[in-house]
Amino acid sequence: MGFSIAVTPFNLFVALVGIMLGTVIGVLPGLGGANGVAILLPLTFTMPPTSAIILLTSIYWGALFGGAITSILFNIPGEPWSVATTFDGYPLARQGQGGQALTAAFTSSFVGALFSIVLITLFAPVLAEIALRFGPPEFFAIQLLTFSSFVGLGGGNPVKSLVSILLGFILAAVGLDIVTGQLRMTFGVVELMKGFDFIVAVIGLFGIGEILLSVEEGLSFQGARTGMRLAVVLETWKTLPRYWRTFLRGSVIGFWMGFKPGGATPASFMSYAFARRFSRHGDRFGKGELEGVVAPETAAHAAGVAAMLPMITLGIPGSPTAAVMLGGLIIWGLQPGPMLFKEKPDFVWGLIASMYTGNVLGVLVVLAFVPLFAAILRIPFAILTPLILVVCAIGSYAVHNSMIDVWYMLIFGVVGYTFKKLDYPLAPLVLALVLGDLAENALRQSLIMSQGSLGIFFLRPISGAIMAVALLFFLLPIVTPWWRRRRGLPRVASAPSGHEA
Amino acid sequence: MRAADLVTALALLVVGGVVIADAVRLGTGWDSDGPQSGFFPFWLAVFMITAAVVIALQAVNRATAIPFVTAGQLRPVLAVLVPAAAMVLLMEYLGLYVAAALYLAFYMRWVGRHAWPTIAALSLAVPLVTFVIFERWFLVPMPKGPLEAWLGF
Repeated sequence: MGFSIAVTPFNLFVALVGIMLGTVIGVLPGLGGANGVAILLPLTFTMPPTSAIILLTSIYWGALFGGAITSILFNIPGEPWSVATTFDGYPLARQGQGGQALTAAFTSSFVGALFSIVLITLFAPVLAEIALRFGPPEFFAIQLLTFSSFVGLGGGNPVKSLVSILLGFILAAVGLDIVTGQLRMTFGVVELMKGFDFIVAVIGLFGIGEILLSVEEGLSFQGARTGMRLAVVLETWKTLPRYWRTFLRGSVIGFWMGFKPGGATPASFMSYAFARRFSRHGDRFGKGELEGVVAPETAAHAAGVAAMLPMITLGIPGSPTAAVMLGGLIIWGLQPGPMLFKEKPDFVWGLIASMYTGNVLGVLVVLAFVPLFAAILRIPFAILTPLILVVCAIGSYAVHNSMIDVWYMLIFGVVGYTFKKLDYPLAPLVLALVLGDLAENALRQSLIMSQGSLGIFFLRPISGAIMAVALLFFLLPIVTPWWRRRRGLPRVASAPSGHEA
Repeated sequence: MRAADLVTALALLVVGGVVIADAVRLGTGWDSDGPQSGFFPFWLAVFMITAAVVIALQAVNRATAIPFVTAGQLRPVLAVLVPAAAMVLLMEYLGLYVAAALYLAFYMRWVGRHAWPTIAALSLAVPLVTFVIFERWFLVPMPKGPLEAWLGF
């Protein structure tokens, strides 16, 4: 039933515009899915909600496709989950097989995305139905699980992940406490009363921070040329079916990792590592093997789409981009969560149907316009940098029509730059900033229900089970080294990595 | 890196301390109708201070020779950041469109050494296109200054 909504001429046009914008955003350094969607969010305020979400999700698909273009042609991963694509994509492009690599990448993205969309179509209503029976303790447990997976499975320094989460929650608490009506942490400053908007934080942390990082490295784009012709596309499509195992493996890994937060990057590395191990040409990986492009791209897109599942059904975003979309839902006057399926079926099914149309449109658009998008990176750096900064400033201002937000954007930019260099992850901070009020309310309501006893989280069956997994994830960084020492195994990082050969 | 890690940890400690001070003022315990306003922030800050201490200890024990930022790296970063801050300041008085035009022109000339005709064309075109998209199509108002007032917007 959603297709009758997604396939109207206006919504198809919106999807097309979104894909084009998203691809440009994915190609540009310093802009990516999350802050691209954040900057363009104000443009949707006057649109009907379904068209608005179609625009935002299409931007997201476009950004995912765009990341592959820069990875393969310029060896610059636009997003962390495109890193694994550069291992074989860039060597292929330098051998003059950029067209093949791009075709394989886009097709894999499409297959991975499609796999996850079908699963979302099947499982989202079921999950929403179950979630309808959730009370505050269950929701708090799920939120805790979300954040524990950053600490336990995120890789990197778990203590720093924890700090990012806590800082996000603290920033979210600034301003008016809606439960008691008291002002928190404003210290008499009027500007602090309305708190920190996470959209501004996303633009600053990811946008400005990323620009500062990339100018520091001294941007020099060494692009490979593309030979993108129809014949090349068709030739490549003929060879792709022989990698069906890689497609399937990548899709499953991507979906499984993806509906937990921060899953796209480990999923792409994991899929790459598996493909190399099981391939008959494992030794050719890293030197320009098409399968080495197929594996990470399939998984990354399956994960990117799967991140939408908890957002639609539980109102809990699986990635920073999904978090921004969730913020959009609230601004358009929709209440995210399981009730959305009951109250706004048009919206939910229109969104799900638009995932199909958006990805079909997306793969056609990027295949047709690769040279155009690649040309963007040939724009001189001294023009791109100020342009991106102006766009970021516009996006930050437009959220609340307030200048203080533009200053916050700059401050968040410096914080993002510092945190990135010191290996503090940014995604958990943003997610905590978005979910702060929800999590705090769920905690308070649970405690009111139990008269202040934490036991309520462990005595109810569903929340108890989720809490147990969440606590396990929190303890994983402590338990793993201890276990390894006991077993006499060498101390190595547990983060999946396909980098070392 | 070690110095930067320690400074960040110290900053986190200060933030944590400030949050605790405010949470104690609001009350961190139990009220007649549930947890008080300071309850959640208080425990967040307690955990954050603990984590910051751990990070500081890790940094002390792990000596790295890599500096956080070298002078050669800092220069281009400041070259982006300082003019950007200047642009935001100008936005307050001149509005977005004029500030963006001046910023684009300045950066293109100072860093990129582009030719004046290119600079003039772009720094006029970008604000104009932005104006049409935001003010006309999507009805999102941007900050405006004396120039727009003089033109009658």
